[in-house]
Amino acid sequence: MKIILNGAPREIADGMRVSELVEYLELLGQRFAIEVNAELVPRSRFAEHRLAVGDRVEIIQAVGGG
Amino acid sequence: MSTPAPTSDRLIIAGKDYGSRLLVGTGKYKDMDETARAIEASGAEIVTIAVRRTNIGQNSDEPNILDVLPPDRYTILPNTAGCYDVDTAVRTCRLARELLDGHNLVKLEVLGDEKTLFPDVMATLKAAEILVKDGFEVMVYTNDDPIVARELEAIGCVAVMPLAAPIGSGLGIRNPLNILTIVENAKVPILVDAGVGTASDAAEAMELGCDGVLMNTAIAAAKNPILMASAMRKAIEAGREAFLAGRMPAKRFASASSPIEGLFF
Repeated sequence: MKIILNGAPREIADGMRVSELVEYLELLGQRFAIEVNAELVPRSRFAEHRLAVGDRVEIIQAVGGG
Repeated sequence: MSTPAPTSDRLIIAGKDYGSRLLVGTGKYKDMDETARAIEASGAEIVTIAVRRTNIGQNSDEPNILDVLPPDRYTILPNTAGCYDVDTAVRTCRLARELLDGHNLVKLEVLGDEKTLFPDVMATLKAAEILVKDGFEVMVYTNDDPIVARELEAIGCVAVMPLAAPIGSGLGIRNPLNILTIVENAKVPILVDAGVGTASDAAEAMELGCDGVLMNTAIAAAKNPILMASAMRKAIEAGREAFLAGRMPAKRFASASSPIEGLFF
């Protein structure tokens, strides 16, 4: 199924959970935070949050800035 | 005679106290190494960072800013730079809180215009209200307007941070009398945020009675950022001590320093 990941279309397995997406993107061990459709998904809910077709997923990190 | 003890003169923000009154940004440096060295030289304990999309699948080996500025050593202050509306600013803060394991101190800025980067004060007030209700400790970037500063304090912001001049402009304090009025009215810390260009600007802010200064470009865009970071640290300390010491009144004409009495000619 297609989702929008950080602004770009991306094909992922149907019904993928956020925890599985994190694993699939090899983000384990990094500091990041995720929102789906402009709503924060806390880490504690990664395993239960199932993604749906067309979901807009944002994965963010800290960068240098003023 | 007792000497003043600067060690007891601490900056208190949201119940936590700091020895340094210089807060620094982490943008515009050549690389992570220069970032870390400049921040070390500045002596800053509070450092602001931005929140952006993760580079998925690219540069996964690239060091993260939080690797060079570990949150157990620095107080990380996530900012909402680049936000032009209430919604994105609030979302950014919520993401940052999750990113930093529930750490709820944020620097709110809601910008109004790309050319000036002046704050949209109406949106800033709205966002501040939402964030305070949501449990955030909000340090807020605002204009040098005493009325807006007073409102932001009334909403419950833990620090109010008027600009000296536009972000990244290095123009120095354009309206010192407004900054002074904001300082005189306030019960929360007032920090000049943005517009400082060189050490004397930072000292001036502190001499006006500001509780601190937040800067980024003045250090990062100096020819030698590490040396400028050190200069800023000293300027902040010098300005603070001058403020506490209380300056002499300025006079239009001269006043001899040596006695007139006892002249032998």
